[in-house]
Amino acid sequence: MTLAITDLKVTIGGKDILRGVDLTLEPGRVHGLAGESGSGKTMTGLAVLGLLPHGSRVTGGIALEGRELLTLPPKELNKVRGGEVAMVFQDPATSLHPMLTVGRQLTEHMRHHLGLGRAEARDRAVELLRKVRIPGAEEAYRRYPHQFSGGMRQRIAIAVALACSPKVLIADEPTTALDVTVQAGVLRLLRGLCDELGLAVLLVTHDLGVMSAVADEVSVMKDGLVVETGPRSRVLREPDHPYTRTLLASLPDAEVS
Amino acid sequence: MRRDPLARKGLLGRLPQAWRQPLAVSGVVIAVAWLVIAVAAPWLAPHDPLAQELPRLAPPGPDHWFGTDQLGRDILSRVMHGARVSIPLTLALVALSLLIGGLLGACAGYFGRWVDETIMRLADLVFAFPTVILAMVVAAALGASLTNAVLAVLVVAWPAYARVTRGLVLGVREREFVLSGRLLGFSAWRSLRVDVLPNVTGPILVLATLDIGTALLLLSGLSFLGLGAKPPSPEWGAMVSSGVEVFDSWWVATFPGLAILTVVLAFNFLGDTLRDALDPRTARAIKERAL
Amino acid sequence: MSSLLKIDDLVVEHRTPGRPVVRAVAGASLEVRAGEVVGLVGESGCGKSTLARAVVGLNRAASGSISFEGTPVTPLGLRRRTMTGVQMVFQDPYASLNPRRRVGDQIADGLRVAGDATSSPADLLERVGLPREFASRHPHEFSGGQRQRIAIARALAARPRLLIGDEPISALDASAQSQVATLMRDLAVSSGAGLLFISHDLSVVRLIADRIAVMYLGRIVEVGDTAEVWAEPRHPYTQALLGAIPKPDGMGVLPAELPGDVPDPADPPQGCRFHPRCPLVMDVCRVKEPEFGPVACWLHEPS
Repeated sequence: MTLAITDLKVTIGGKDILRGVDLTLEPGRVHGLAGESGSGKTMTGLAVLGLLPHGSRVTGGIALEGRELLTLPPKELNKVRGGEVAMVFQDPATSLHPMLTVGRQLTEHMRHHLGLGRAEARDRAVELLRKVRIPGAEEAYRRYPHQFSGGMRQRIAIAVALACSPKVLIADEPTTALDVTVQAGVLRLLRGLCDELGLAVLLVTHDLGVMSAVADEVSVMKDGLVVETGPRSRVLREPDHPYTRTLLASLPDAEVS
Repeated sequence: MRRDPLARKGLLGRLPQAWRQPLAVSGVVIAVAWLVIAVAAPWLAPHDPLAQELPRLAPPGPDHWFGTDQLGRDILSRVMHGARVSIPLTLALVALSLLIGGLLGACAGYFGRWVDETIMRLADLVFAFPTVILAMVVAAALGASLTNAVLAVLVVAWPAYARVTRGLVLGVREREFVLSGRLLGFSAWRSLRVDVLPNVTGPILVLATLDIGTALLLLSGLSFLGLGAKPPSPEWGAMVSSGVEVFDSWWVATFPGLAILTVVLAFNFLGDTLRDALDPRTARAIKERAL
Repeated sequence: MSSLLKIDDLVVEHRTPGRPVVRAVAGASLEVRAGEVVGLVGESGCGKSTLARAVVGLNRAASGSISFEGTPVTPLGLRRRTMTGVQMVFQDPYASLNPRRRVGDQIADGLRVAGDATSSPADLLERVGLPREFASRHPHEFSGGQRQRIAIARALAARPRLLIGDEPISALDASAQSQVATLMRDLAVSSGAGLLFISHDLSVVRLIADRIAVMYLGRIVEVGDTAEVWAEPRHPYTQALLGAIPKPDGMGVLPAELPGDVPDPADPPQGCRFHPRCPLVMDVCRVKEPEFGPVACWLHEPS
């Protein structure tokens, strides 16, 4: 078990956002987190990274390989964030720095977290760009984010997230801003990286199709609670909880076929 | 759906949070105090501001708190009456620049093309001159009087409003609800009046409030240079100017100067508060600090 | 059925000073008949929104023609628009309503256009499935889905003969998406109006459209009855588009990937626009553009 979230509760300004979330992430497995907007999916991801908004109160536990993250001093937490736990956001246009070259954004992380030398970091960055299948990795290293298409930018964002060989990758709606044809490529990439590198992936998405394609385990959230957890095929084919059934029934496919 | 009782009241509902900051409170208190003084000066002032009946250049004391000037007039009374001259003129001036600049800017932004070109090049022309110098030139050309000073400041003040309004209108013009309105057969004027202008007023009001201080400074500045109020009138800028002649009697220039300072500060605080209240991002930041 | 909207060989260009001219729509033809729902699908940047905006006159046609009920559509200038028979619902629910005006007043604008003195804004809110008393509220009190329903109510109040939805559901929650799409279809069809529904989401379009038009890089590459296109897509691009949709069947099947990126519309490839990414590319595709329908592909050349 890489990451264990137990009874996580988050209160922001007197409002209960998370009301006791339990999740476990295993290496080499994709754990899908489904639910509508406002159900607390994104907050769960942010809590793991210690990126909750100011003034939020957190109780419960988030253990990374047995180490409790919630009580970690900020300096230690900084090392974990971006080092052992990395995140990919919905919109690659805003998660990449527009004024820095792709190479700079990749190597910055490595040199800071891993203390690599310039040449070493460069080699690793090009290697990473190849790994996320950016055509012409050497060339791409020197270019700026705006010179890439949305799908390519998301691949670069994934490369940045992988720069410090994290154990846990949190992907928050990583394909929602992309077209289906591009989405297919990014999903294949995510799945491949998870298998190859033994990453524990938390995939936050509202799209049950995406969930079905890449997740091994699926959890369904509603109003700050996980209402159902289980293996993908069971949750999507024989849902236990009435809410999961409503979600599946609201899909366009359900009404036609 | 949100059912926030404060949000329902719109603009006014969002104000209180921002208004609880100390600077906001002092801004309101000072501004209101000055408005009260301006209205009630005839009853509040201990002496006639024009009567030359007291000992000349008497320092501040229990009889006349702010002292007297070189003609034996009570400075406290003159400062109080000065509020009746400066404050309404400044407010009218800002309102006029807002009206003229706002309307021209809105037309430039909405209609574009040659309307935009003509108005904005004119504005650029005014911007190209240093404000104070241009105002001095205009005031000098029109002849020294308070009305002409107001006109002079108006000439240099409207382009700022035109520029800001134009930018805001350009942003709102392409919003989808404006397009929807046009598709429903709104005329250009109706679209501008109903859909565009109400959605740009907030930032322009902030600008106007912040501008009150600048306008007062400019107006007093012209009077200080002898291009505005004529001597007997208790205008603050003119009073500071006459105080400079008798530099040893520090009170003659200091008190009208302080009057200008406090009014400018108060309205700047008000403007900042208004901006924080209208900008949802800063409003949120204030809320978080309050928590 | 009579032709309501006829788009013929439409070209729309975006000009930015200092940049090459971008042909966002490069010779597209499409027809919408009265009472019919046409779904226009394609990836972002394929020109489908530009086409929709050209239909209501928000974009100027560089060449080709658009006619509504036989009258050519003129670009929207400063003059009052008289062609109120076409109404549009936009993408962003947070920008589609005036934040400063009551919802009821905004719907009343539509009623006034139709000269409808008998209906009230509350009636229209009821028709889009919202409580009548919402009429006196302001837009910020509503969720995205509710706002989009209000925008639909306002458009319908004008009694359009043609309703256009420009990605009206893509900003909504998954559960609201199919509801709002179905509502739009039902209301348009029951009032006898045509509906041109633009979306990148094929599964929703499939649910509501009678016919589907697939757009790629400024051209319409395939048009056909929804059921036929869905069951048997003929253009390789349509096949790729359908194959890329992940199915929520719990089987863990990764969707098929379409290699390459959409080319720059300022510099489209020679010959068939899809040939660099097409798995079935032939020699003829590289030199000659297939300028025919309903499937613009050399494999499906009409004999």
